[in-house]
Amino acid sequence: MSTMTDNQSGPMLAADGTPLKVSLARALRRQKIRAFLLIVPLLAFILISFIAPIGDMLFRSVENGIVPETMPRTVVALEDWDETSGEAPSEAVFAAFYEDMKVAMEEKTHTKLGSRLNYDTAGIASLFRKLRKPMGNIDETQPIKPQFIDAEEDWGDPEVWQTIKRLSGYYTSSYFLSAVDMESTHDGIQMKDDFERIYLTLLWRTMVLSVAITVSCILLGYPIAFLLANLPLRTSNILMILVLLPFWTSLLVRTSSWIVLLQQEGVINDTLVSLGILDDQGRLELMYNQVGTIVAMTHILLPFMILPLYSVMKTISPSYVRAAKSLGANDWTAFWKVYFPNSVPGIGAGAVLVFILAIGYYITPELVGGTSGIFISNRIAYHISSSLNWGLAAALGVMLLALILVFYWLYDRIVGIDNVKLG
Amino acid sequence: MSALPPYASKAQIAWYYGFRVICALIFFFLIVPILVIIPLSFNASDFFTFTKEMLALDPDGYSLKHYRDFFTNPDWQQALRNSVSIAPMATLISTGLGTLAAIGLSQSHVPFRGTIMAILISPMIVPLIISAAGMYFFYSRIGMQGTYWGVVLAHAALGTPFVIITVTATLVGFDKSLVRAAASMGANPVTTFFKVQMPLIMPGVISGGLFAFITSFDEVVVVLFVGSASQKTLPWQMFTGLREQISPTILAVATVLVTISIILLTTLELLRRRAERLRGMSPG
Repeated sequence: MSTMTDNQSGPMLAADGTPLKVSLARALRRQKIRAFLLIVPLLAFILISFIAPIGDMLFRSVENGIVPETMPRTVVALEDWDETSGEAPSEAVFAAFYEDMKVAMEEKTHTKLGSRLNYDTAGIASLFRKLRKPMGNIDETQPIKPQFIDAEEDWGDPEVWQTIKRLSGYYTSSYFLSAVDMESTHDGIQMKDDFERIYLTLLWRTMVLSVAITVSCILLGYPIAFLLANLPLRTSNILMILVLLPFWTSLLVRTSSWIVLLQQEGVINDTLVSLGILDDQGRLELMYNQVGTIVAMTHILLPFMILPLYSVMKTISPSYVRAAKSLGANDWTAFWKVYFPNSVPGIGAGAVLVFILAIGYYITPELVGGTSGIFISNRIAYHISSSLNWGLAAALGVMLLALILVFYWLYDRIVGIDNVKLG
Repeated sequence: MSALPPYASKAQIAWYYGFRVICALIFFFLIVPILVIIPLSFNASDFFTFTKEMLALDPDGYSLKHYRDFFTNPDWQQALRNSVSIAPMATLISTGLGTLAAIGLSQSHVPFRGTIMAILISPMIVPLIISAAGMYFFYSRIGMQGTYWGVVLAHAALGTPFVIITVTATLVGFDKSLVRAAASMGANPVTTFFKVQMPLIMPGVISGGLFAFITSFDEVVVVLFVGSASQKTLPWQMFTGLREQISPTILAVATVLVTISIILLTTLELLRRRAERLRGMSPG
């Protein structure tokens, strides 16, 4: 039917004589381009200033160029060595190593290489730092291997050469293995000794503390959100200020007030002592442990629980509860069977938000957490600024990021990104 | 909830008041930690706690010396200057670019809108320590680590998601026929934008800008890594102060910051009301 009409009257024409379809397509394309031009500056900016750094971190967590670049000849020579033999490699490897190190010492890159290898096998860094001693006295006309081992017998240790051979590629999984407390030896990949397993413990503790913080936020946030959603608007707007003021106050201000409150000579302990509840020797240790981290972070993240809960509860019609009561439910049943199930999406949204924020926290655990209340983030910061093991910091960062993305995906399923509400 | 019916049972009355007491305690937990530092910042001694003189309301127990220290100590003044020079520049960049992008994103038929949105929002989702680590690695590679512009760009990136979210939210309530009406009366797109669209979305732009400003002004993790000693901001100075030598000057600074946040909060609330009023005027 419609094809017949088309055949009879031909395509519809726009004012300038082009077919309407073409004209519309052109207008839409122009609109698309205009929209795109508005977005492009920011997109480029974010890609350069934010996405590229994240990509750099991903790259650094596997990058290992320093070993093959500093000792190219040794890496080639080591290919023929059987690392399971339990013996130091042959003369050829030592000769290649001697050549590589002559260059490296001139460029002063040998200590850097030593620190890199030291991340995998402790003790190598000092071997490389003292390299001048064996290197200085080498008689190039004689076999080099015995001279090296005579000057510094640790160079005859096969473990040193196993480490070099294992790390001879441009890319390595060794940082990720360390990040999950594993190591790769010539027997294959295995867990580290019990006392050396720190990162999985730390990751587990980060999760447990974040769950504890999330649960306390739910317990404290639910009554407040319920009250705010059910009071008359005028009253609830005033009370809302009490929620928004902490939300808007600087993180460091809130952390410092918790230090003021929780420390041994702090306000809480002083009050308890002056009330006679505690004696002066029995002051509570509220800070520099997990209690401090949980209390301070619950306070800091509570608004992030209350605000989404409130916006969900606002949409629950009061007539549901009234209907339940008119059908004979008592207050508790009406709440538990009718109101509460309707508010669960709010709990889900708030909980995931608080959990995501908590798991990546750095400042508050650093200041009030002591040693037992710190998070994986504090370890990342430590590796960047103190131990300078950037590869491991990057690997831990990638792990944390992956974890967060999983939860973020969950959040997106529950509430959607576009529904993030502020203030 | 709002009022107790006359036929309420004893248990209902008990619960009604009990619930309010619980809520009052939680509000107490929320607000008191912030208020407690205000009197402490006027402490005449160098302690972090209430002295006997303060509790007895003895005027000798109070002094302004920590404020004096804040306004005369070169470390704090340098930190204040840095904060005041970094935050507005970062805000300017993120608000400008963010507003344009939000307008672009609100058009119909934007290809890959979901992906673009996810990329633009990502600085808000990625934990600060990871952003800081990545930026530290990347910025030191391109020689921007420890420079003013390095910190400004990093902060601008962190602030844009807030601008996008608030401006997009304002644009949702924006009536497109107003633009069409302006165009049909012969206004060109630029005039339409400045005379029609801009005044209506202004509250969203300003509150997004405030969010971006506070993000930069409060931010410490990224500046700790991306900045060097000459970009030391107020939060950074507070952080080192809290970690190394605890001086009550921090409490004076904290009080100043609380005052600033109260002002910001009030401004935002006024803007929100204005936005609602404006939206009420336009049909749809």
